[in-house]
Amino acid sequence: MSAIQVQAPGLLTTVQDLGREGFGPIGVSPSGAADPISLRLGNRLVGNVESTAGLEMTLLGGTFLFSQGAILALTGSDFGATLDGATVALGTSFEVAPGQKLRLGSTRSGARSYLCVQGGIAVSPFLGSSSTHILSGLGGFDGRPLREGDLLQIGPATKPFRKRTIGPRLSEHLSSRKILRVTPGPQVDWFSESSLGLFYEATYRVGEQSNRMGLRLEGAPVSPHGGRQMITEGVSLGAIQVPAGGSPIILFVDQQTTGGYPKIANVISADLHRVGQLRPRDEIRFEQVTFEAARSSLIEQEQLLASRESILE
Amino acid sequence: MTEGEQFQPASDHSLLVSFGQQVSLDAHQRVRKLLRLLELKPVPGIRNLHPAYCSLLVEFDPLKLRHAELEAILWSYLGRLETVQLPNPRELEIPTCYGGQFGPDLNDIAALHGMTSAQAIELHASVTYVVYFLGFVPGFAYLGELPQALATPRLASPRRSTPPGSVGIAGNQTGVYPFAVPGGWRLVGRTPVAMFRPDRQNMSFLSIGDQVRFTPISAARFTALENA
Repeated sequence: MSAIQVQAPGLLTTVQDLGREGFGPIGVSPSGAADPISLRLGNRLVGNVESTAGLEMTLLGGTFLFSQGAILALTGSDFGATLDGATVALGTSFEVAPGQKLRLGSTRSGARSYLCVQGGIAVSPFLGSSSTHILSGLGGFDGRPLREGDLLQIGPATKPFRKRTIGPRLSEHLSSRKILRVTPGPQVDWFSESSLGLFYEATYRVGEQSNRMGLRLEGAPVSPHGGRQMITEGVSLGAIQVPAGGSPIILFVDQQTTGGYPKIANVISADLHRVGQLRPRDEIRFEQVTFEAARSSLIEQEQLLASRESILE
Repeated sequence: MTEGEQFQPASDHSLLVSFGQQVSLDAHQRVRKLLRLLELKPVPGIRNLHPAYCSLLVEFDPLKLRHAELEAILWSYLGRLETVQLPNPRELEIPTCYGGQFGPDLNDIAALHGMTSAQAIELHASVTYVVYFLGFVPGFAYLGELPQALATPRLASPRRSTPPGSVGIAGNQTGVYPFAVPGGWRLVGRTPVAMFRPDRQNMSFLSIGDQVRFTPISAARFTALENA
Protein backbone atom coordinates (compact mmCIF):
# COMPACT_ATOMS: atom_id res chain seq x y z
CA MET A 1 0.00 0.00 0.00
CA SER A 2 1.09 3.53 -0.75
CA ALA A 3 1.91 5.92 2.09
CA ILE A 4 2.42 9.56 3.03
CA GLN A 5 5.46 10.46 5.06
CA VAL A 6 4.90 13.46 7.32
CA GLN A 7 8.07 15.58 7.19
CA ALA A 8 6.44 18.54 8.93
CA PRO A 9 2.97 18.30 10.50
CA GLY A 10 1.91 21.95 10.31
CA LEU A 11 0.21 23.71 13.20
CA LEU A 12 -2.67 21.27 13.71
CA THR A 13 -3.26 18.57 11.12
CA THR A 14 -5.74 15.78 11.77
CA VAL A 15 -7.41 12.96 9.87
CA GLN A 16 -11.09 13.82 9.32
CA ASP A 17 -14.00 12.46 7.35
CA LEU A 18 -17.63 13.56 7.67
CA GLY A 19 -17.79 12.54 11.34
CA ARG A 20 -19.78 10.05 13.39
CA GLU A 21 -23.50 10.23 14.03
CA GLY A 22 -25.67 8.64 16.65
CA PHE A 23 -23.40 8.38 19.67
CA GLY A 24 -24.81 11.32 21.62
CA PRO A 25 -26.18 8.97 24.32
CA ILE A 26 -22.58 8.04 25.29
CA GLY A 27 -21.33 11.61 25.07
CA VAL A 28 -19.52 11.32 21.74
CA SER A 29 -19.58 14.45 19.56
CA PRO A 30 -19.71 14.26 15.75
CA SER A 31 -16.19 15.56 14.96
CA GLY A 32 -15.47 15.44 11.22
CA ALA A 33 -14.19 18.12 8.86
CA ALA A 34 -14.76 21.64 10.17
CA ASP A 35 -15.49 22.67 6.57
CA PRO A 36 -17.22 19.53 5.30
CA ILE A 37 -18.00 20.99 1.87
CA SER A 38 -14.28 21.42 1.12
CA LEU A 39 -13.59 17.82 2.16
CA ARG A 40 -16.49 16.51 0.04
CA LEU A 41 -15.29 18.43 -3.01
CA GLY A 42 -11.67 17.41 -2.52
CA ASN A 43 -12.74 13.78 -2.48
CA ARG A 44 -14.76 14.19 -5.65
CA LEU A 45 -11.80 15.83 -7.40
CA VAL A 46 -9.63 12.75 -6.79
CA GLY A 47 -12.40 10.24 -7.56
CA ASN A 48 -13.30 9.22 -3.99
CA VAL A 49 -16.72 9.07 -2.43
CA GLU A 50 -17.41 12.32 -0.60
CA SER A 51 -17.08 10.89 2.91
CA THR A 52 -13.53 9.52 2.47
CA ALA A 53 -11.00 10.52 5.13
CA GLY A 54 -8.53 13.27 4.26
CA LEU A 55 -6.19 15.62 6.12
CA GLU A 56 -7.45 18.83 7.70
CA MET A 57 -4.75 21.45 8.15
CA THR A 58 -5.15 24.53 10.30
CA LEU A 59 -3.59 27.98 9.59
CA LEU A 60 -0.19 26.48 8.73
CA GLY A 61 0.12 23.41 6.53
CA GLY A 62 2.61 20.55 6.57
CA THR A 63 5.22 18.98 4.30
CA PHE A 64 4.46 15.54 2.93
CA LEU A 65 6.61 13.09 0.99
CA PHE A 66 4.93 10.64 -1.40
CA SER A 67 7.46 7.87 -1.97
CA GLN A 68 5.11 5.87 -4.21
CA GLY A 69 3.17 8.72 -5.86
CA ALA A 70 -0.53 9.59 -5.48
CA ILE A 71 -3.50 11.45 -6.94
CA LEU A 72 -4.26 14.51 -4.82
CA ALA A 73 -6.40 17.62 -4.46
CA LEU A 74 -6.27 20.61 -2.14
CA THR A 75 -9.46 22.43 -1.21
CA GLY A 76 -10.62 24.98 1.32
CA SER A 77 -8.22 27.82 2.05
CA ASP A 78 -5.10 28.68 0.07
CA PHE A 79 -2.02 27.65 2.04
CA GLY A 80 0.37 28.46 -0.87
CA ALA A 81 1.08 24.81 -1.77
CA THR A 82 4.07 23.80 -3.89
CA LEU A 83 5.06 20.43 -5.35
CA ASP A 84 8.86 20.18 -5.51
CA GLY A 85 8.83 23.96 -5.63
CA ALA A 86 6.20 24.42 -8.36
CA THR A 87 2.93 26.10 -7.43
CA VAL A 88 -0.10 23.81 -7.10
CA ALA A 89 -3.57 25.10 -7.95
CA LEU A 90 -6.26 24.96 -5.28
CA GLY A 91 -9.44 23.08 -6.18
CA THR A 92 -7.87 21.02 -8.99
CA SER A 93 -6.76 17.39 -8.93
CA PHE A 94 -3.11 16.70 -9.66
CA GLU A 95 -0.76 13.75 -9.87
CA VAL A 96 2.29 13.28 -7.71
CA ALA A 97 5.18 11.17 -8.99
CA PRO A 98 7.06 8.82 -6.63
CA GLY A 99 9.45 10.76 -4.42
CA GLN A 100 7.80 14.15 -4.87
CA LYS A 101 7.26 16.45 -1.94
CA LEU A 102 4.21 18.61 -1.26
CA ARG A 103 4.83 21.61 0.92
CA LEU A 104 2.18 23.93 2.36
CA GLY A 105 2.75 27.26 4.08
CA SER A 106 0.62 29.69 6.06
CA THR A 107 -2.89 30.50 5.07
CA ARG A 108 -3.58 33.26 2.60
CA SER A 109 -7.33 33.12 3.15
CA GLY A 110 -9.34 31.13 5.74
CA ALA A 111 -8.53 28.79 8.62
CA ARG A 112 -8.44 25.36 7.00
CA SER A 113 -7.09 23.55 3.99
CA TYR A 114 -7.91 19.95 3.07
CA LEU A 115 -5.62 17.42 1.42
CA CYS A 116 -7.53 14.61 -0.24
CA VAL A 117 -5.85 11.59 -1.77
CA GLN A 118 -7.33 8.96 -4.04
CA GLY A 119 -7.95 5.91 -1.85
CA GLY A 120 -8.26 8.05 1.27
CA ILE A 121 -6.23 8.08 4.47
CA ALA A 122 -6.48 4.58 5.91
CA VAL A 123 -6.88 4.47 9.70
CA SER A 124 -8.93 2.06 11.80
CA PRO A 125 -12.36 3.59 12.30
CA PHE A 126 -13.70 4.45 15.75
CA LEU A 127 -17.51 4.29 16.02
CA GLY A 128 -17.84 4.18 12.26
CA SER A 129 -15.68 7.17 11.42
CA SER A 130 -12.02 7.98 10.78
CA SER A 131 -12.36 11.44 12.32
CA THR A 132 -10.06 12.55 15.13
CA HIS A 133 -11.60 13.82 18.39
CA ILE A 134 -8.61 15.65 19.81
CA LEU A 135 -9.79 16.24 23.38
CA SER A 136 -10.49 12.58 24.15
CA GLY A 137 -7.69 11.26 21.95
CA LEU A 138 -10.06 8.99 20.01
CA GLY A 139 -10.32 8.24 16.30
CA GLY A 140 -8.13 9.32 13.40
CA PHE A 141 -4.40 8.63 13.46
CA ASP A 142 -3.66 7.46 17.02
CA GLY A 143 -6.31 9.89 18.26
CA ARG A 144 -4.00 12.86 17.83
CA PRO A 145 -2.77 15.58 15.48
CA LEU A 146 0.02 14.46 13.12
CA ARG A 147 3.67 14.66 14.13
CA GLU A 148 6.89 14.74 12.19
CA GLY A 149 7.82 11.22 11.10
CA ASP A 150 4.28 9.80 11.04
CA LEU A 151 3.61 7.41 8.18
CA LEU A 152 0.03 7.51 6.89
CA GLN A 153 -1.26 4.61 4.83
CA ILE A 154 -3.24 5.41 1.70
CA GLY A 155 -6.21 3.18 0.86
CA PRO A 156 -6.40 1.28 -2.45
CA ALA A 157 -6.32 3.68 -5.41
CA THR A 158 -7.35 2.03 -8.66
CA LYS A 159 -8.78 4.78 -10.84
CA PRO A 160 -6.74 6.52 -13.56
CA PHE A 161 -5.89 10.20 -13.02
CA ARG A 162 -8.43 12.67 -14.37
CA LYS A 163 -8.01 16.37 -14.12
CA ARG A 164 -11.01 17.87 -12.39
CA THR A 165 -11.59 21.43 -11.17
CA ILE A 166 -14.21 23.06 -8.97
CA GLY A 167 -16.55 25.08 -11.21
CA PRO A 168 -16.53 28.91 -11.01
CA ARG A 169 -20.08 29.26 -9.70
CA LEU A 170 -19.41 26.89 -6.81
CA SER A 171 -16.04 28.54 -6.10
CA GLU A 172 -17.80 31.89 -5.91
CA HIS A 173 -20.43 30.45 -3.57
CA LEU A 174 -17.73 29.09 -1.27
CA SER A 175 -15.71 32.31 -1.14
CA SER A 176 -15.41 33.92 2.24
CA ARG A 177 -18.42 35.68 3.73
CA LYS A 178 -18.31 37.20 7.16
CA ILE A 179 -22.02 37.23 7.91
CA LEU A 180 -23.27 34.07 9.55
CA ARG A 181 -26.97 33.34 9.24
CA VAL A 182 -28.63 32.05 12.39
CA THR A 183 -32.02 30.93 13.72
CA PRO A 184 -33.21 31.69 17.26
CA GLY A 185 -31.78 29.43 19.99
CA PRO A 186 -33.89 27.51 22.52
CA GLN A 187 -33.30 30.13 25.24
CA VAL A 188 -33.70 33.20 23.02
CA ASP A 189 -36.46 34.51 25.32
CA TRP A 190 -33.94 34.69 28.16
CA PHE A 191 -32.42 37.71 26.42
CA SER A 192 -33.93 41.19 26.45
CA GLU A 193 -34.90 43.03 23.26
CA SER A 194 -31.92 45.32 23.72
CA SER A 195 -29.52 42.38 24.18
CA LEU A 196 -30.87 40.77 21.03
CA GLY A 197 -30.62 44.07 19.17
CA LEU A 198 -27.00 44.35 20.22
CA PHE A 199 -26.26 40.76 19.21
CA TYR A 200 -27.47 41.34 15.65
CA GLU A 201 -25.90 44.80 15.25
CA ALA A 202 -22.52 44.09 16.78
CA THR A 203 -19.38 42.93 15.03
CA TYR A 204 -17.70 40.07 16.88
CA ARG A 205 -14.06 39.08 16.68
CA VAL A 206 -13.07 35.42 16.75
CA GLY A 207 -10.91 34.89 19.86
CA GLU A 208 -7.42 33.37 19.89
CA GLN A 209 -8.55 30.42 22.03
CA SER A 210 -10.99 29.20 19.41
CA ASN A 211 -10.66 25.61 18.27
CA ARG A 212 -12.67 22.70 16.92
CA MET A 213 -14.69 22.54 20.16
CA GLY A 214 -15.85 26.10 20.01
CA LEU A 215 -15.19 29.61 18.73
CA ARG A 216 -14.98 32.22 21.44
CA LEU A 217 -16.26 35.59 20.32
CA GLU A 218 -15.13 38.97 21.56
CA GLY A 219 -17.36 42.02 21.27
CA ALA A 220 -20.59 43.34 22.72
CA PRO A 221 -21.50 41.19 25.74
CA VAL A 222 -25.13 39.97 25.75
CA SER A 223 -26.15 38.87 29.20
CA PRO A 224 -29.28 36.83 29.73
CA HIS A 225 -31.79 37.99 32.37
CA GLY A 226 -30.65 37.10 35.83
CA GLY A 227 -32.34 34.71 38.19
CA ARG A 228 -33.08 31.80 35.88
CA GLN A 229 -31.34 28.54 36.51
CA MET A 230 -30.44 26.65 33.37
CA ILE A 231 -30.77 22.86 33.49
CA THR A 232 -28.07 21.14 31.43
CA GLU A 233 -29.45 19.95 28.09
CA GLY A 234 -28.23 18.63 24.73
CA VAL A 235 -26.57 21.14 22.42
CA SER A 236 -26.77 21.33 18.63
CA LEU A 237 -23.89 21.75 16.25
CA GLY A 238 -23.44 25.49 15.71
CA ALA A 239 -25.27 26.51 18.90
CA ILE A 240 -24.28 29.94 20.19
CA GLN A 241 -24.18 29.74 23.97
CA VAL A 242 -23.70 32.68 26.28
CA PRO A 243 -21.87 32.03 29.57
CA ALA A 244 -22.18 34.37 32.55
CA GLY A 245 -19.62 36.85 31.23
CA GLY A 246 -21.81 37.50 28.17
CA SER A 247 -19.23 36.60 25.50
CA PRO A 248 -20.86 34.20 23.03
CA ILE A 249 -19.30 30.87 22.07
CA ILE A 250 -20.16 28.99 18.86
CA LEU A 251 -20.12 25.28 19.69
CA PHE A 252 -18.44 23.37 16.91
CA VAL A 253 -17.62 19.90 15.56
CA ASP A 254 -15.64 18.60 18.58
CA GLN A 255 -18.17 20.21 20.93
CA GLN A 256 -19.32 19.01 24.30
CA THR A 257 -22.57 17.14 23.67
CA THR A 258 -24.49 18.80 26.52
CA GLY A 259 -24.23 22.22 28.10
CA GLY A 260 -25.59 24.39 30.86
CA TYR A 261 -25.52 27.88 29.33
CA PRO A 262 -28.43 29.59 27.56
CA LYS A 263 -28.26 29.55 23.77
CA ILE A 264 -29.20 32.75 22.01
CA ALA A 265 -29.04 31.47 18.43
CA ASN A 266 -27.78 28.66 16.20
CA VAL A 267 -25.80 28.91 12.97
CA ILE A 268 -27.85 27.54 10.04
CA SER A 269 -26.73 24.27 8.45
CA ALA A 270 -25.89 25.97 5.14
CA ASP A 271 -23.36 28.25 6.89
CA LEU A 272 -21.63 25.71 9.19
CA HIS A 273 -18.86 25.17 6.63
CA ARG A 274 -18.11 28.91 6.80
CA VAL A 275 -17.56 28.64 10.57
CA GLY A 276 -14.84 26.10 9.77
CA GLN A 277 -12.96 28.72 7.78
CA LEU A 278 -12.99 31.45 10.45
CA ARG A 279 -9.58 32.40 11.80
CA PRO A 280 -8.74 34.00 15.13
CA ARG A 281 -9.22 37.80 14.83
CA ASP A 282 -11.66 37.47 11.91
CA GLU A 283 -14.64 39.75 12.32
CA ILE A 284 -18.15 38.43 11.86
CA ARG A 285 -21.76 39.50 12.20
CA PHE A 286 -24.97 37.57 12.67
CA GLU A 287 -28.11 37.78 10.60
CA GLN A 288 -31.33 36.16 11.73
CA VAL A 289 -33.34 34.11 9.22
CA THR A 290 -36.44 31.93 9.55
CA PHE A 291 -36.24 28.14 9.84
CA GLU A 292 -37.87 27.93 6.40
CA ALA A 293 -35.26 30.24 4.86
CA ALA A 294 -32.50 28.22 6.54
CA ARG A 295 -33.84 25.05 4.98
CA SER A 296 -34.17 26.64 1.53
CA SER A 297 -30.56 27.84 1.70
CA LEU A 298 -29.39 24.33 2.50
CA ILE A 299 -31.43 22.81 -0.33
CA GLU A 300 -30.05 25.41 -2.79
CA GLN A 301 -26.51 24.75 -1.62
CA GLU A 302 -26.92 20.99 -2.02
CA GLN A 303 -28.41 21.50 -5.49
CA LEU A 304 -25.42 23.59 -6.46
CA LEU A 305 -23.07 20.89 -5.11
CA ALA A 306 -24.94 18.20 -7.05
CA SER A 307 -25.15 20.18 -10.28
CA ARG A 308 -23.17 19.19 -13.34
CA GLU A 309 -21.24 22.47 -13.28
CA SER A 310 -19.95 21.96 -9.73
CA ILE A 311 -16.95 19.92 -10.88
CA LEU A 312 -15.49 20.44 -14.38
CA GLU A 313 -13.55 17.68 -16.15
CA MET B 1 -49.01 11.34 27.85
CA THR B 2 -48.83 13.75 30.72
CA GLU B 3 -48.68 17.51 30.74
CA GLY B 4 -45.39 19.28 30.42
CA GLU B 5 -44.01 17.90 27.18
CA GLN B 6 -42.91 20.72 24.94
CA PHE B 7 -41.30 20.91 21.54
CA GLN B 8 -39.01 23.67 20.50
CA PRO B 9 -36.83 24.01 17.43
CA ALA B 10 -33.28 24.37 18.77
CA SER B 11 -31.75 24.92 15.32
CA ASP B 12 -32.65 24.23 11.68
CA HIS B 13 -31.43 20.68 12.28
CA SER B 14 -32.68 19.90 15.78
CA LEU B 15 -35.76 19.75 17.96
CA LEU B 16 -35.69 19.96 21.75
CA VAL B 17 -38.24 17.83 23.60
CA SER B 18 -38.65 19.08 27.17
CA PHE B 19 -40.28 17.13 29.97
CA GLY B 20 -40.85 20.05 32.31
CA GLN B 21 -38.33 22.43 33.82
CA GLN B 22 -37.42 20.44 36.92
CA VAL B 23 -34.84 17.76 37.49
CA SER B 24 -36.88 14.79 38.68
CA LEU B 25 -36.65 11.03 38.42
CA ASP B 26 -40.08 11.01 36.80
CA ALA B 27 -39.10 13.42 34.03
CA HIS B 28 -35.89 11.46 33.61
CA GLN B 29 -37.80 8.18 33.22
CA ARG B 30 -39.77 9.76 30.40
CA VAL B 31 -36.59 10.96 28.72
CA ARG B 32 -35.24 7.42 28.90
CA LYS B 33 -38.44 5.91 27.61
CA LEU B 34 -38.54 8.18 24.58
CA LEU B 35 -34.85 7.51 23.96
CA ARG B 36 -35.45 3.76 24.18
CA LEU B 37 -38.42 3.93 21.85
CA LEU B 38 -36.40 5.90 19.31
CA GLU B 39 -33.56 3.40 19.58
CA LEU B 40 -35.91 0.45 19.11
CA LYS B 41 -37.85 2.06 16.26
CA PRO B 42 -35.49 4.56 14.64
CA VAL B 43 -37.02 7.38 12.62
CA PRO B 44 -35.38 7.81 9.21
CA GLY B 45 -33.68 11.21 9.07
CA ILE B 46 -32.83 11.38 12.77
CA ARG B 47 -29.06 11.72 13.13
CA ASN B 48 -28.42 11.88 16.82
CA LEU B 49 -30.04 11.94 20.24
CA HIS B 50 -28.83 13.86 23.28
CA PRO B 51 -30.66 12.88 26.46
CA ALA B 52 -30.23 15.10 29.54
CA TYR B 53 -31.94 15.60 32.93
CA CYS B 54 -35.41 16.44 31.63
CA SER B 55 -35.00 16.89 27.90
CA LEU B 56 -34.04 15.05 24.75
CA LEU B 57 -32.42 16.92 21.89
CA VAL B 58 -33.18 15.27 18.56
CA GLU B 59 -30.79 16.17 15.73
CA PHE B 60 -32.03 15.43 12.22
CA ASP B 61 -31.17 15.84 8.58
CA PRO B 62 -33.02 18.97 7.44
CA LEU B 63 -33.04 17.65 3.87
CA LYS B 64 -35.16 14.71 5.02
CA LEU B 65 -37.32 16.09 7.84
CA ARG B 66 -38.98 19.31 8.89
CA HIS B 67 -39.64 20.32 12.49
CA ALA B 68 -43.42 19.88 12.10
CA GLU B 69 -43.07 16.41 10.55
CA LEU B 70 -40.72 15.26 13.27
CA GLU B 71 -42.97 16.75 15.93
CA ALA B 72 -45.95 14.76 14.60
CA ILE B 73 -43.89 11.55 14.63
CA LEU B 74 -42.64 12.22 18.15
CA TRP B 75 -46.17 12.88 19.43
CA SER B 76 -47.09 9.38 18.32
CA TYR B 77 -44.01 8.03 20.11
CA LEU B 78 -44.95 9.96 23.26
CA GLY B 79 -48.40 8.37 23.08
CA ARG B 80 -46.74 4.97 23.41
CA LEU B 81 -44.42 5.95 26.26
CA GLU B 82 -46.39 4.07 28.90
CA THR B 83 -45.92 0.81 26.99
CA VAL B 84 -42.12 1.07 27.17
CA GLN B 85 -40.43 -1.29 29.60
CA LEU B 86 -37.11 0.07 30.74
CA PRO B 87 -34.59 -2.67 31.50
CA ASN B 88 -33.86 -3.22 35.19
CA PRO B 89 -31.11 -0.80 36.11
CA ARG B 90 -27.61 -2.22 36.33
CA GLU B 91 -25.97 -1.79 39.72
CA LEU B 92 -22.34 -0.80 39.44
CA GLU B 93 -19.58 -0.01 41.85
CA ILE B 94 -16.85 2.54 41.38
CA PRO B 95 -13.96 1.76 43.73
CA THR B 96 -12.50 5.12 44.70
CA CYS B 97 -9.42 6.20 46.58
CA TYR B 98 -10.45 9.42 48.29
CA GLY B 99 -8.34 12.42 49.26
CA GLY B 100 -4.59 12.99 49.12
CA GLN B 101 -3.12 13.47 45.65
CA PHE B 102 -6.18 11.75 44.14
CA GLY B 103 -8.71 14.12 45.69
CA PRO B 104 -6.96 17.48 46.04
CA ASP B 105 -10.22 19.34 46.82
CA LEU B 106 -11.56 16.93 49.46
CA ASN B 107 -10.24 18.85 52.48
CA ASP B 108 -11.58 22.18 51.15
CA ILE B 109 -15.02 20.69 50.54
CA ALA B 110 -15.11 19.15 54.02
CA ALA B 111 -13.99 22.44 55.62
CA LEU B 112 -16.55 24.40 53.62
CA HIS B 113 -19.34 22.23 54.99
CA GLY B 114 -17.93 22.08 58.53
CA MET B 115 -17.16 18.37 58.54
CA THR B 116 -14.10 16.17 58.61
CA SER B 117 -12.71 14.64 55.43
CA ALA B 118 -13.71 11.21 56.73
CA GLN B 119 -17.30 12.41 57.09
CA ALA B 120 -17.27 13.86 53.57
CA ILE B 121 -16.02 10.53 52.19
CA GLU B 122 -18.64 8.62 54.12
CA LEU B 123 -21.36 10.91 52.84
CA HIS B 124 -20.22 10.72 49.21
CA ALA B 125 -20.11 6.92 49.41
CA SER B 126 -23.39 6.64 51.34
CA VAL B 127 -25.90 6.98 48.53
CA THR B 128 -26.84 5.22 45.32
CA TYR B 129 -26.58 7.57 42.37
CA VAL B 130 -28.49 7.46 39.09
CA VAL B 131 -26.75 8.06 35.76
CA TYR B 132 -28.94 10.86 34.41
CA PHE B 133 -27.06 11.06 31.11
CA LEU B 134 -23.64 11.04 29.52
CA GLY B 135 -22.32 14.25 28.07
CA PHE B 136 -19.45 16.73 27.87
CA VAL B 137 -16.93 14.13 26.62
CA PRO B 138 -17.27 10.42 25.74
CA GLY B 139 -18.21 8.38 28.81
CA PHE B 140 -18.69 11.29 31.23
CA ALA B 141 -21.74 10.43 33.36
CA TYR B 142 -23.78 13.02 35.23
CA LEU B 143 -24.65 11.31 38.52
CA GLY B 144 -27.27 12.51 40.94
CA GLU B 145 -28.15 13.38 43.42
CA LEU B 146 -25.28 14.25 45.66
CA PRO B 147 -26.31 14.60 49.33
CA GLN B 148 -27.23 18.28 49.82
CA ALA B 149 -24.67 18.60 52.64
CA LEU B 150 -21.89 18.06 50.07
CA ALA B 151 -23.22 20.27 47.27
CA THR B 152 -20.42 22.63 46.25
CA PRO B 153 -20.08 25.05 43.34
CA ARG B 154 -17.51 24.46 40.58
CA LEU B 155 -14.00 25.84 40.94
CA ALA B 156 -13.81 29.53 40.04
CA SER B 157 -11.16 28.74 37.45
CA PRO B 158 -11.13 25.26 35.93
CA ARG B 159 -8.04 23.05 35.98
CA ARG B 160 -6.18 22.91 32.69
CA SER B 161 -6.15 19.16 32.91
CA THR B 162 -7.88 16.68 35.20
CA PRO B 163 -6.34 13.21 35.55
CA PRO B 164 -8.47 10.41 34.05
CA GLY B 165 -10.53 8.60 36.69
CA SER B 166 -10.86 11.71 38.86
CA VAL B 167 -14.11 11.78 40.83
CA GLY B 168 -15.53 15.29 40.99
CA ILE B 169 -18.36 17.30 42.51
CA ALA B 170 -20.24 20.21 40.91
CA GLY B 171 -23.39 21.59 42.53
CA ASN B 172 -25.48 18.57 43.50
CA GLN B 173 -23.91 16.36 40.83
CA THR B 174 -20.96 14.03 40.93
CA GLY B 175 -19.09 12.38 38.07
CA VAL B 176 -15.88 10.74 36.89
CA TYR B 177 -13.54 12.24 34.30
CA PRO B 178 -12.82 9.61 31.60
CA PHE B 179 -9.97 11.58 30.00
CA ALA B 180 -7.33 14.15 30.86
CA VAL B 181 -9.45 17.16 29.97
CA PRO B 182 -9.85 20.67 31.40
CA GLY B 183 -12.47 20.72 34.12
CA GLY B 184 -13.99 22.78 36.90
CA TRP B 185 -15.45 20.04 39.08
CA ARG B 186 -13.92 19.74 42.56
CA LEU B 187 -11.96 16.53 42.89
CA VAL B 188 -12.53 14.26 45.89
CA GLY B 189 -10.84 11.05 44.73
CA ARG B 190 -9.87 8.82 41.85
CA THR B 191 -10.96 5.43 40.53
CA PRO B 192 -8.75 2.92 38.72
CA VAL B 193 -11.76 1.85 36.60
CA ALA B 194 -11.50 3.06 32.99
CA MET B 195 -14.65 5.05 32.25
CA PHE B 196 -14.25 4.83 28.48
CA ARG B 197 -12.28 2.29 26.48
CA PRO B 198 -12.73 2.00 22.72
CA ASP B 199 -11.39 -1.59 22.79
CA ARG B 200 -14.06 -2.78 25.25
CA GLN B 201 -17.48 -4.24 24.30
CA ASN B 202 -19.23 -1.58 26.38
CA MET B 203 -16.96 1.32 25.53
CA SER B 204 -18.56 3.47 28.19
CA PHE B 205 -18.42 1.92 31.67
CA LEU B 206 -21.64 3.71 32.59
CA SER B 207 -24.91 4.01 30.66
CA ILE B 208 -27.96 6.18 31.17
CA GLY B 209 -30.16 4.78 33.97
CA ASP B 210 -27.43 2.78 35.74
CA GLN B 211 -27.33 2.85 39.54
CA VAL B 212 -23.92 3.59 40.93
CA ARG B 213 -22.19 3.48 44.30
CA PHE B 214 -18.73 4.69 45.18
CA THR B 215 -16.72 2.33 47.39
CA PRO B 216 -13.78 3.77 49.33
CA ILE B 217 -10.51 1.90 48.72
CA SER B 218 -6.94 2.32 49.94
CA ALA B 219 -4.07 3.62 47.82
CA ALA B 220 -2.61 0.10 47.81
CA ARG B 221 -5.88 -1.35 46.52
CA PHE B 222 -6.00 1.42 43.89
CA THR B 223 -2.57 0.41 42.60
CA ALA B 224 -3.50 -3.28 42.65
CA LEU B 225 -6.69 -2.65 40.66
CA GLU B 226 -4.92 -0.31 38.26
CA ASN B 227 -2.37 -2.98 37.43
CA ALA B 228 -4.91 -5.80 37.30
